[in-house]
Amino acid sequence: MEFIVDKATKTVSITTEFNAERDLVWDAYTKPELLDQWWAPKPWASRTKVMEFRVGGRRFYAMVSPDGQQRWSIQEYKSITPKTNFKLFNAFADADENPELPGSDWDLNFSEQDGKTKVHISIYNESLERLERMVAMGFKEGIAATHEHLKELLAKLSRANETKQ
Amino acid sequence: MRRDVFQAIADPTRRAIIALIAMQAMTPNALAEHFDTTRQAVSKHLKILTECELVRQEHQGREIYYSLEVQKMKEIDEWMEQYRKIWETRFEQLGEVLKVMKKLKK
Repeated sequence: MEFIVDKATKTVSITTEFNAERDLVWDAYTKPELLDQWWAPKPWASRTKVMEFRVGGRRFYAMVSPDGQQRWSIQEYKSITPKTNFKLFNAFADADENPELPGSDWDLNFSEQDGKTKVHISIYNESLERLERMVAMGFKEGIAATHEHLKELLAKLSRANETKQ
Repeated sequence: MRRDVFQAIADPTRRAIIALIAMQAMTPNALAEHFDTTRQAVSKHLKILTECELVRQEHQGREIYYSLEVQKMKEIDEWMEQYRKIWETRFEQLGEVLKVMKKLKK
């Protein structure tokens, strides 16, 4: 997986490849019963309440923690080119489907070569704060702020910067 | 003006300043001794770091001491790393789902 944070364009871009044909990967991204099997990083679970995969349609779903906490999100489909691309607007929401703005714009691309499918996702965020919140959403693990750690961190941040230049 | 934290850490001198003040609070003069640049240049870097809330200033008599906002650095690290991990886990899970789908198709 390639993961690049480009602060100049406020975009996170993620590229990965699957050993499966494009039809299958497309289905896994666009059918709720399949999405719910992989969308939430374990031990969280994804539960789709509503999903209409069409332009103007939406997916309203929750990430559910092992102790039952629910974090709702809405994804609204902006454009769809079957098997190739779809774009959506993503926002956190409350349980009554009221979005919390600002959200982020996602652009997902699918291409197949030699039976493998490459997925490229770019996520545009209006603010870094939003991105921070996305992660603060229950996935944190404690990190000791020792000087050793700080050194590693700086090396990593510097590499991250080099990657995108 | 609130700046982008990634802009703050994009510069090698600023990263070196962060590493130095992580050890102890320092004045701009003391910091400048570690670099081949002018005090003015160091002050400019400190200004950017301050605007990003990565460092804080403390006045002691006539001197201003700069120290690191460790919490802020931790936050940057956490969200970048955790966000990457979320996607990594997601894709591992998707890989498994696809395996099953392939079998079912045959």
